[in-house]
Amino acid sequence: MVKIEAVLQPSKLDAVKDALLEAGIEGMTILEARGHGRQKGHTEFYRGREYTVDLLPKVKIELVVIDEMKDKAIDAIEGAARTGRIGDGKIFVSRVEEAIRIRNDERGETAL
Amino acid sequence: MKIMGTRNQTIPEGRIWRLDRQADANMCASTGNRAPIPPENLTLFLIPACLRRRIHRSGNTMHCRSFKLFLLPVLLGFPTFSLAQSAASAAASQAPATQAQVAALQQSVSDARMAGDNAWMLMSAALVLLMTGPGLALFYGGLVRRKNILGTMMQSFAMMGLVTILWAVVGYSLAFGHGNAFIGGFEHLFLRGVGLTPNTDYAATIPEQTYMVYQLMFAIITPALITGAFAERMKFSAMAVFLSLWSLLVYSPMAHMVWGVGGLLNASGGHIPSLDFAGGTVVHITSGVSALVTCIYLGKRVGYPHTNFPPHSMVLSFIGACLLWVGWFGFNAGSALGSGPLATSAFVNTHFAAAAAALGWTVAEWIHNGRPTALGAISGAVAGLVAITPASGFVQPFSALAIGLVAGAFCSFMVFEVKSRLGYDDSLDAFGVHGAGGTLGALLTGLFATSAINAAFGKDAHGNPVPTGAIDGHWGQLGSQAAGVGIAWSISIVGTLVLLFLVDKVIGLRVSPEEESAGLDLSQHGEEGYDFNS
Repeated sequence: MVKIEAVLQPSKLDAVKDALLEAGIEGMTILEARGHGRQKGHTEFYRGREYTVDLLPKVKIELVVIDEMKDKAIDAIEGAARTGRIGDGKIFVSRVEEAIRIRNDERGETAL
Repeated sequence: MKIMGTRNQTIPEGRIWRLDRQADANMCASTGNRAPIPPENLTLFLIPACLRRRIHRSGNTMHCRSFKLFLLPVLLGFPTFSLAQSAASAAASQAPATQAQVAALQQSVSDARMAGDNAWMLMSAALVLLMTGPGLALFYGGLVRRKNILGTMMQSFAMMGLVTILWAVVGYSLAFGHGNAFIGGFEHLFLRGVGLTPNTDYAATIPEQTYMVYQLMFAIITPALITGAFAERMKFSAMAVFLSLWSLLVYSPMAHMVWGVGGLLNASGGHIPSLDFAGGTVVHITSGVSALVTCIYLGKRVGYPHTNFPPHSMVLSFIGACLLWVGWFGFNAGSALGSGPLATSAFVNTHFAAAAAALGWTVAEWIHNGRPTALGAISGAVAGLVAITPASGFVQPFSALAIGLVAGAFCSFMVFEVKSRLGYDDSLDAFGVHGAGGTLGALLTGLFATSAINAAFGKDAHGNPVPTGAIDGHWGQLGSQAAGVGIAWSISIVGTLVLLFLVDKVIGLRVSPEEESAGLDLSQHGEEGYDFNS
């Protein structure tokens, strides 16, 4: 089992969600986040002074999938979120130790 | 033949008539900057409308002798005709009955006059209170960080409560009672003598309680304005004590000097007659300058100026600013103390100045920064409203536009350039808008005031209105205005410094850095303004 974490532009959330559903992945957690990579912030004016705002709004999607679905998931996310410009976001993959369904205490891949 | 008017004034026949407003100026000692009381001329009431128009068109004076002869029979109208008749008739019992009718008619006219004026004045009082709550509360509240929203709003709300009680107990008496040139007295302690009959010193057509409660709303908003300077870092307890004392020791004396009977700066009879229609010096200069003193004494917020503290809700500030604009009609037009043409004049001027100033600030900002901001536009509107406040009942509409335009540009300069250069943390620009705007407005009033709108200084021996401002030719008025401004600045600086020092030593003014970091809502009130999780 692998965990896939994707930090995305908020405007891409719907497209990525739809792409994942089409790929057969149903469970996901979506978080609102702030951050930046190489993307510079935007400037705002307050009382005549210009300020750079560094913490930009982002969306983070977390999925835990079986190993066989990993590539399908990554392809779905990249396909939906890529614009080719700085600020598209990043995907991180890590190994998951255990998955448990709370309802009936199922464990392992069947819990996903 | 003697013709009886409403206040038993005899109107001699064969003399030139004055049918304009200042005719009764000698009846009201200290209306000064407020509306002169229109004469309740009963015979005017009886003149048919077509003739009244003729009279007004001739510049409110009747010069034409032939016209007088024509008018004489009309003016020897009902009551007098009846009197003549009854005198001629043998039945002496007819005379008292007719006189009773006349008296009843006079009373009706008086009641009708009061009804219109009192309705507008009560409405105006409500509008001015709206300016504080929620106008100012929202305007300031939206400009601070989210963690301080409740604390900021509570400061305005506290004034609504505290100042009301202080005003009722002693504030009104100190401001509007009889005293000396600088302060009133204690004759109206606990509102003694302030009943439902008019006080002819101030406003002869409304109950004195209306006048008192109207002035109260001014007394409420003035200290509330100061809170903008020390936003996000003052203790609630210290603020309550400091502003209560300020209201009694700075506001009431200043109000007395400009508006009170015998006041130093009172436009009618004061030693230095200064024109302040609705409170440019009394409200805006005092609050703005006191704000500057306070923010310097208290020091900057932690992190200022390298950290940016943008408004947490421009939406709230926008709503607050619009409420201020609408409420200001009560503030300025209500200062006419009646519902007549002078109120109209002030209303129009107020609106024009706000619009022009919003434009002025927006254009200045567009040039300076490349983009117009919502914050700039609403700040501009407020600056225009501040600047027109002393001038509202004295100037022509296009003078009001000019005043607004200049105020918008000038105040934006104060906020963009001067504040950042000098480095003081006037958090919500109380000084930049109210102090600077009020000073500018007071001086421009001296420039643009014209007796054509308001013959505030009465008439001369020939019956011509005395020139009021520079455009009338009275350039000396600029000096009087400057004197008034100087006195307002001085009393604000000295009074505020003394009170700040006192309260700081006894209670301590500023919150601790930890409290400042946690926010006023939590540290001062144990509450949160927004709970997004519930």
